[in-house]
Amino acid sequence: MDIKKYTEKILSALPKEAVKSVQEFRGQVSLIVESERIIDVLKLLRDRFGFRYLIDLTAVDHLPNEPRFEVVYHLWCHAEKRLIRVKTFAKGEPPTISSVVGLWSTANWHERECYDMFGIIFDGHPDLRRILLWEGFDGHPLRKDYPVEGRDEKRNN
Amino acid sequence: MRKEIIKLNVGPQHPSTHGVLRLLVELEGEVVVSCDPDIGYLHRGIEKLMENRTYHRSIPLTERVDYLAGAANSLGYILAVERLLGIEEIPPRARYIRVIVAELTRIASHLFWLATHGHDLGAMTPLFYALRDREVIMDFFEKWAGKRLFPNMFRVGGVAKDFPDGMEQEIRKFAEELPEKMKDYETLLTKNPIWINRTKGVGVLSIDEVLDWGLSGPMARGSGLDFDIRKVDPYLGYDEFDFVVPLGKNGDTYDRYLIRLEEMRQSCRIILQALDRMPKGDIMIDDYKVAFPPKEKVVNGEYLIPHYLLVVKGFKTPKGEVFHHTEAPKGELAFYIVSDGSEHPYRVKIRTPSFVNLQVISKLAKGRLLSDLIALIGTIDIVLADVDR
Amino acid sequence: MSDTLIFVIISLIKSVVVVALLLLGVAIGVYLERRILGFIHLRYGPNRCGPFGILQTIADGIKLFFKQDITLPVTERTLYVVAPIIAGVTALFPFVAIPFADKVLPDAINLFGRTIDLTQYSMNRGVIADLPGGILFILAVSSLSVYGVLLAGWTSDNKYSFLGGVRVTSQMLSYELFLGVSIMGVLMVTGSIRMTEIVEAQKHMWNIVYQPVGFILYMIAGFAEACRTPFDLIECENELGSGFNTEYSSMKFALFYLAEYIHIITISAIAVTLFLGGWQGPWLPSGLWFIIKVACLFVFFIWVRGTYPRVRFDQLMSLGWKYLFPIAMANLIVTGVCVLIS
Repeated sequence: MDIKKYTEKILSALPKEAVKSVQEFRGQVSLIVESERIIDVLKLLRDRFGFRYLIDLTAVDHLPNEPRFEVVYHLWCHAEKRLIRVKTFAKGEPPTISSVVGLWSTANWHERECYDMFGIIFDGHPDLRRILLWEGFDGHPLRKDYPVEGRDEKRNN
Repeated sequence: MRKEIIKLNVGPQHPSTHGVLRLLVELEGEVVVSCDPDIGYLHRGIEKLMENRTYHRSIPLTERVDYLAGAANSLGYILAVERLLGIEEIPPRARYIRVIVAELTRIASHLFWLATHGHDLGAMTPLFYALRDREVIMDFFEKWAGKRLFPNMFRVGGVAKDFPDGMEQEIRKFAEELPEKMKDYETLLTKNPIWINRTKGVGVLSIDEVLDWGLSGPMARGSGLDFDIRKVDPYLGYDEFDFVVPLGKNGDTYDRYLIRLEEMRQSCRIILQALDRMPKGDIMIDDYKVAFPPKEKVVNGEYLIPHYLLVVKGFKTPKGEVFHHTEAPKGELAFYIVSDGSEHPYRVKIRTPSFVNLQVISKLAKGRLLSDLIALIGTIDIVLADVDR
Repeated sequence: MSDTLIFVIISLIKSVVVVALLLLGVAIGVYLERRILGFIHLRYGPNRCGPFGILQTIADGIKLFFKQDITLPVTERTLYVVAPIIAGVTALFPFVAIPFADKVLPDAINLFGRTIDLTQYSMNRGVIADLPGGILFILAVSSLSVYGVLLAGWTSDNKYSFLGGVRVTSQMLSYELFLGVSIMGVLMVTGSIRMTEIVEAQKHMWNIVYQPVGFILYMIAGFAEACRTPFDLIECENELGSGFNTEYSSMKFALFYLAEYIHIITISAIAVTLFLGGWQGPWLPSGLWFIIKVACLFVFFIWVRGTYPRVRFDQLMSLGWKYLFPIAMANLIVTGVCVLIS
């Protein structure tokens, strides 16, 4: 089954209003999903289509755009040997999105890292602390408005 | 009887934490009640730095993600960038060089793992035997690239330098001899009753747990999950090689130990096959917008200007996002690159195997003894640079 | 001059000689261990100080002697300081009763016109004190060494040291038992608990022939008593970062180090005396035979260290209580029946 047909098969099973659009680039499919429905979509992908392996969970900061923070999930299906990317936006101030720790335990640290680096709040996360940086660090370094150098020395020494 | 919980800080300076891992352990006697890993002591902000560099200038940074398998990391990055650029084919010689170096790196990383894991459990001798064999690989890299840990020789579109004369024979000799030398480890560890007692039944993971915790590499294969990216999503033409993916049955530390040993033998097989098939020829594509022209031709203006532009400005990539995963020695190494069409990546996410695999330790250590905790750190095969990036 | 005074003087001289030999033995032992381990590991080991690095231990000793002696502001300061002394001194005790040679002095000497019979109290023999209950004395005092380690672990105010101290208590106390039971067979076969008599009883045949199981059990228990790989749980650097001696430096550390190696020598020497014929042997002087046998066992200790990983704590305990202890008891019963029949 080629990738287009497979994507259509997935799309037909997903609730219509949940998926906003589909992108394809270099043979990889991204589903852009409404942030309110992200848990439903991921649960469906996991249970119905066998995407049981959450490879990665990360975020991208599109600074001037609104909504600013895009949360990206990469899923892998062992049976079909397929990759799928699910994207959604974390809205609000602070940006908030539901946590998927209930679906995959591995999301725990991924989400902590996203919180640490982008300041995205994962609603329902059991233990949302900073992970790579220390408690009390000011700012979220992977945000686009955080400078590469020059700021830390004054603030956090 | 009054029970008291001892709070113990294992690390960041501790002989067995393989770097600057800190584990906040609560002990009841010697039994671990809870274990909370505290990471980030080696965080260098590589992802942030890469956003402000050209694609080529990030290669040395990526090599330093997992410093025991430097070349495997830059390989993953290069492949992701090539996918982003749409480069499908590179000269076959370059491809085989990449395969050989990637497999040598895997052997080097596994040998170092064997050394430290054995030493963690008190077996001193395998440390020296394994490092002796690893030293040969480091010498290969030194001869080829002038650097031992980080060859830094992979470029977008090929490799920067061909193997020096005679190195192919040396690598062949090494790959033929290593399985023989590995019999020493077998005698010292595999059938040693103490080693079996220390590793069997420690850190048992079922397939469901592997999937739930997103484990990859030997951690996943130890539980019998047939997941080797070289097989299921082949890159670099791995599908043409004949090799076996070893799988475990019990999902314990002993199975993962056997798997890593077997992977080294399989890597030797891949190296030998690659050496057999390696043709002579170019090692770099001739699209000088993205690939460096050969150094000896750079005196000529026709090559000088693209070379200059490539070094100073870098190359532009199409707007889009790619995700590319490779089978690094420690598990699945994935690069997710978002490009906005400029010379710099807009966002790079490095999905490192150690980071994901390490978090399962708090689950595995619960209810086990302190000594098992040390065995678990070893079996997960972490490098703290890989965890913290 | 009374006989008692003579006895004291001769014993003192012997003690000084034995202690000096022991310290020399430790120095050579440390050097041997590092060289042999290097040989096993395919590396050189120390080879810079003197020919073949033979002066390495002396250099280390000088270094340890002149290093800053860091005394921590611990709560139990006295015990903290006393612990290494207890460890170092008690390690020497068992050698009081171990016969290291046949005869070192003539049967009688003329002193100030008076003939002194040296055969009384076995003054002429190669043993400091030929105690009637020699082996009991050895077992008793060798248990004392646990106090040094225990106190060190407990008073260091360090959780790793504390865990080391806890481990040592249970390990040493359990294995003390097997050590005792494993040598009972020998005592039954010999019919004596006087060390010199045990040695002489082996004139024609070593006890290891009658007691092979006992010897193996004794060596396993001995490894645990000496806290050597594979039973070096109390100081395993990979888990506890050196355990009980983490917080000691300079001469205090050196005393622990010394005690550890004297322990190995003691365990080897007892094994030689009980199972391997003691100082007996053809052609060579008896003292030399003793040293050769002890050295061979010492090398065996090093060899095992280069070969085996470390057992886990609970495995150590279950090995002792579930396997070694029943085997030792069975061995004892079988020996008893055999002795009774013959």
